[in-house]
Amino acid sequence: MASRSEIVVRFAGEGGQGVVTAAEMLARAATGVGYHALTFATFPSQILGGPTWTQARVSRFPVLSPGDAVDILVAFNTHAYQEHRVEVREGGVILLDPSVTPDPGDTSHRCISVPFDELAKQTGESRAANMVVMGGLSKLINMPLQFLKDFVTIRFGGREGVVEANHMALDLGLAHLADEDAVADLGEVDKPTYDQLFIKGNDAIAVGAMQAGVETFVGYPISPATPLLLYMERNLVGEGKFAYQASSEIESITAILGAGFAGRKAMTATSGPGFTLMGEGLGLAWMTEIPCVVVDVQRGGPATGLPTKTEQSDLLAALSPAHGDSSIPVIAPGTVEECFYATITAFNWAERYQGPVILLSEHSLAERAQNIPKPDLSTIAVERRKIYEGDNGFLRYDSWELSPMPVPGGPGAYVANGSEHDSFGDTTHLPARHIQMTERRFSKLKLLNDSTYESDNTNANIALIPWGGSKGSVLETYNLLRAQGMDVAWYYTMFLSPMPEDLLAELRSKDLVIVPELNYQGQFAGVLRSLGVKAEAMTLYTGLPFRAGELSERVKQRVAGAGQQTQAVRA
Amino acid sequence: MTTKNPEYDFTWCPGCGDFGVRRALEFAMVERNIKTEMPMTSNVVVAGIGCSGNLVHLLEGEQPYGFHGIHGRSLPIAFGVKMGRPDLNVVVVAGDGDFLSIGMEHIAPQAARNVNVCAVVMDNGVYGLTKGQASPTTVPETVTNSTPFGKLETSVNPLDLYLTLGVTYIASGFSSKPKDLSKLIFDGMEHSGFSIVHVASPCTTYNDTYQELKGNKKLGIAPTAWAIPDDHDPSDKNAARSIIAEGGLPLGVVYRDTKRPSLDMRMDAIRARGGQQDVATLLAAYDI
Repeated sequence: MASRSEIVVRFAGEGGQGVVTAAEMLARAATGVGYHALTFATFPSQILGGPTWTQARVSRFPVLSPGDAVDILVAFNTHAYQEHRVEVREGGVILLDPSVTPDPGDTSHRCISVPFDELAKQTGESRAANMVVMGGLSKLINMPLQFLKDFVTIRFGGREGVVEANHMALDLGLAHLADEDAVADLGEVDKPTYDQLFIKGNDAIAVGAMQAGVETFVGYPISPATPLLLYMERNLVGEGKFAYQASSEIESITAILGAGFAGRKAMTATSGPGFTLMGEGLGLAWMTEIPCVVVDVQRGGPATGLPTKTEQSDLLAALSPAHGDSSIPVIAPGTVEECFYATITAFNWAERYQGPVILLSEHSLAERAQNIPKPDLSTIAVERRKIYEGDNGFLRYDSWELSPMPVPGGPGAYVANGSEHDSFGDTTHLPARHIQMTERRFSKLKLLNDSTYESDNTNANIALIPWGGSKGSVLETYNLLRAQGMDVAWYYTMFLSPMPEDLLAELRSKDLVIVPELNYQGQFAGVLRSLGVKAEAMTLYTGLPFRAGELSERVKQRVAGAGQQTQAVRA
Repeated sequence: MTTKNPEYDFTWCPGCGDFGVRRALEFAMVERNIKTEMPMTSNVVVAGIGCSGNLVHLLEGEQPYGFHGIHGRSLPIAFGVKMGRPDLNVVVVAGDGDFLSIGMEHIAPQAARNVNVCAVVMDNGVYGLTKGQASPTTVPETVTNSTPFGKLETSVNPLDLYLTLGVTYIASGFSSKPKDLSKLIFDGMEHSGFSIVHVASPCTTYNDTYQELKGNKKLGIAPTAWAIPDDHDPSDKNAARSIIAEGGLPLGVVYRDTKRPSLDMRMDAIRARGGQQDVATLLAAYDI
């Protein structure tokens, strides 16, 4: 038992009890000393109260997903205990608030009562209850307490009383569980030799946008995209920069088009309901050829749906948000690290082809905190639109392909027109012009030819391809299946439109392409089928991410079934 | 058809008030270019959708930048242009349907922000481009093709609305007096903050109001347009209310508040407090 190299700890209680910060704190502290960690959070859609839980998976090796079975449950109330104990693996530990009476019939778990609040009060810092928990956990996972103490010293640096109280809380927590056996032995680790960040998906997008050179950000509060607005309002404050809370998503999209037209790199972020409101504006961006980046941090839908749960059900909306003939590029990062790089590519694409680009994230990714290699900023290419610098009299749209973009104040005045237009931008209904402009707009997509994809064991006839935030869980599934000897191929890309042509060619050669995705319709599988791939969705629509163990069983069943079917056909 | 572009296939009906508004706007922009020594290309005209929106294509002579967007959204587009590039002169041209019906929701936020944009609203009391439906300023009980039993709604009083929402420059003009109108638009562009020049701009096809606005002595019809007296103090909100309460079409500056700073000035003040951190510093906040 003590040889396990990883641990999954779940914190469950009510909103406002510090449940959210507990998982993050454990993961942050663990990565600070060299472990790898990843958190998962799911909230009730209310501020105080309501059942909340978060989870941290800590390992000696890189972590791909939130983890399946829970090793340690910290239950702050009876509901949390009753609700989550079934998720705790046989032999796992449940730390209980003294107000919770464990079920006497529960013999498969070790239930330990810990007076979190009372011990915290002894430190003189009643908010140190989380630290009491951490102290206890350090015993249960054999993580040296000094690691946590160092973390506390840095985190509360300069506030001596607070540091002391939290150190004391750690000691009290550890002392309370001094006689308990550990459930895992993470032991001592060496810090990775490269620099690391501990960051959430939303923050990775925000800093990525900064690196890409965002100049204008206008957004409207909506879960789970609000942190992007808040980040920009605080940090996008320099000369020529502007970040602002709009009165609606319709304002957001049209305002960033105004800024993009005026020469700025512009961005907005929203979630499903707001994204739908932006549909007409996205069509206008395509029509007027104005660069901009629109982030959709997906939640459960339709309508208000599940505002605080995760789902991948906006893909079809993202691929076709506007009426009429348009094809707006979509990039869907699959990991926290990819959130950073995908954002930069989204800006580069928008600037390069002069049009809108959609960055499709999702709740579980936005709220996922994880250690990632620190990006080397010196290696990142940042593009800017081709600007017209000639004389007045330039015809902005006088070609069948991309042309330089005049900037107000400078030469080359034109009309950015949402109606079909001629070379100058004036409205026209001539068939020849509609043909030219339509083909012009689509031709520019050819410039987005630097998309990449991952692949592994490509000789197999059956392939797995996830998209977006399911990447980690499905990669873990793939690793499990391969370890069990299954001959299955792995494919992945964050470039959903336009997709890498080579990837499509490879997928088309497969007998079966399984697409695990978090929606009911199997949206990406449908898209792949329309592109000539024998794709089949493996869906989940619980508002929660895939678990690698369950998913690998489903894949095995499907593949076994596929084999039988093939035989039957042959017979 | 415009002289500048023979391919452009839209024009207004003969006698349309928008011709006068176009001339007034051209005068005002040229005047401003001379005064500020800025090129015509430092002007951006953001148009809505409707007969009014085509103004951006019908401008003669040297061309400003134009943005002919989507129905009702000219104000937030202009907000984005202005805040992205505060050095530009940003003018909105819109009609009563575009500005006061589908776009109504955007007036209040710009007023609250005091965005430094000048909106020229051409009010003809009808939807012209879709051939004659009732608009927010159509008189109640009027029979139009969308109100076969008469218009059931009350009509909005635009000047009263702007004053209530806190617009800091409110002027009222008439398309048949382009010289005067040009002065009102020029002052609106010079005003530091959100300005609206609301213009009676009759539709000769669906709602010809020239006679009632100008009056007809022969028929004994008194004009509804009247000049705001010289002794009106536009900084006095109560006086502005009285002008609006008089009814008819007042001509001149109704209200002007020069004390409230515009949003771009507020943003400059915030920027002056400290610049932006570089990306390496922002990234370091997440260092392990």
